[in-house]
Amino acid sequence: QEKADPQKTAFVLRKAWTLYSVTPLHGFRRARLRDYARLLGAFIAAEKQKGLAVEVGVELDIKVALSSHAELRGSELDQAALLVQLSSRSRASSRSSEDKPVWSGWFCSVFGDDLSENVPEHFTCLPLFLSHGAESYTSLVGSWFQKTFDCCFRRLAISPLNLSWMVAMWAGCKLDRAPSAVELVFSVPRLSQPLDISYAIHPEDAKALWDTVQKTPGEITQEEVDVFMDCLYAHFHRHFKIHLSAAKLVKVSTAVASAHCDGIVKILHSEYLPGVLMLLTELAISQIQ
Amino acid sequence: HLAASLPLPSERDHLRPRIDLVVFMIDIKSKYSLKNVETSLAYVDASFFLGKVCFLVTGVGRMNACSIEMNAIRKLGEAYCSPVLFCELELEGIRVTTAQRLLRMLRICAGHIPGVSALSFVSLMRSSHDD
Repeated sequence: QEKADPQKTAFVLRKAWTLYSVTPLHGFRRARLRDYARLLGAFIAAEKQKGLAVEVGVELDIKVALSSHAELRGSELDQAALLVQLSSRSRASSRSSEDKPVWSGWFCSVFGDDLSENVPEHFTCLPLFLSHGAESYTSLVGSWFQKTFDCCFRRLAISPLNLSWMVAMWAGCKLDRAPSAVELVFSVPRLSQPLDISYAIHPEDAKALWDTVQKTPGEITQEEVDVFMDCLYAHFHRHFKIHLSAAKLVKVSTAVASAHCDGIVKILHSEYLPGVLMLLTELAISQIQ
Repeated sequence: HLAASLPLPSERDHLRPRIDLVVFMIDIKSKYSLKNVETSLAYVDASFFLGKVCFLVTGVGRMNACSIEMNAIRKLGEAYCSPVLFCELELEGIRVTTAQRLLRMLRICAGHIPGVSALSFVSLMRSSHDD
């Protein structure tokens, strides 16, 4: 297995990515990336002409670049990741090398065998899509891919159950640098004014708790996640007499990554990138199936 | 009669009518509701578990807000030999259908339907396990 080159995967870190699940692409050919980039660029230009303008004011030419990233995958069975980058060049600018990135999105599959092993020929499996940038561009790019490859994009929501798996997994990760606090954000239902509760835990306390709960290193069970969360809830209840287990867990943040129930993640640490992507790929696949 | 948890206050024991059916409601969005039900189960007399108890899981219309693992609920139903019903209270049609279902179960548990008793629920559950 290729070890991820930190330079090549740097673009993934420290950005808020909006997640989607994508059904397999039909008739996609890696050799035609330049053609696809050209076609997508023409599509975007045409849509803007039609008045489905993305930005008002400055006239912008959108340049499209498609590239493959073989280092962003789990195993040889996974397809290499596909990166789509939109950059703008102001027509008013005289310097031809001034390309400003305005949007990026990438498709990937990390240990997505559950999906790819059951798929017929001519289909390419890249179930996880991550976008960063204006929603209007995401919509344009998504429409083009849906029309061209007969696939379907759906926002990937993350349930409180899955968020608690994430916080348990990530709080237990060993980090060399001083890690930031583990934070859980809850939203309290059925109140006239929405109320959010933020529960911050010292990262060493969280890791120490997880270490006492986890029995087999490298393996995590639902029972262990439940015990971990119950300890956190009990501690909070002792101090504040509030049952967090009755509230909705909406966001978790750790030094490794943070995730929001609306399907937005930020990955902060390159060492755990494959693990995080593997979990997200699994969620995307279960939303598809 | 609605109660937030068991046991029921003992002061009103003498005023209370006979209890024919206990429905434990679990909100899929609230882990707390599951814990509450698990604790309350300890206060139910064993004889009720012969068809006079059922679990009603609500909020299933929003699986994205799920805080409880479905396996845990299934195991609860198996452990207590009681049926598990699923519904979404926010949808009127399902709310009404579920209420009608519970009423039918209640009539049987109260002995209003000749020839059918609460024990029928238990034997119905057992046959699906043996498959």
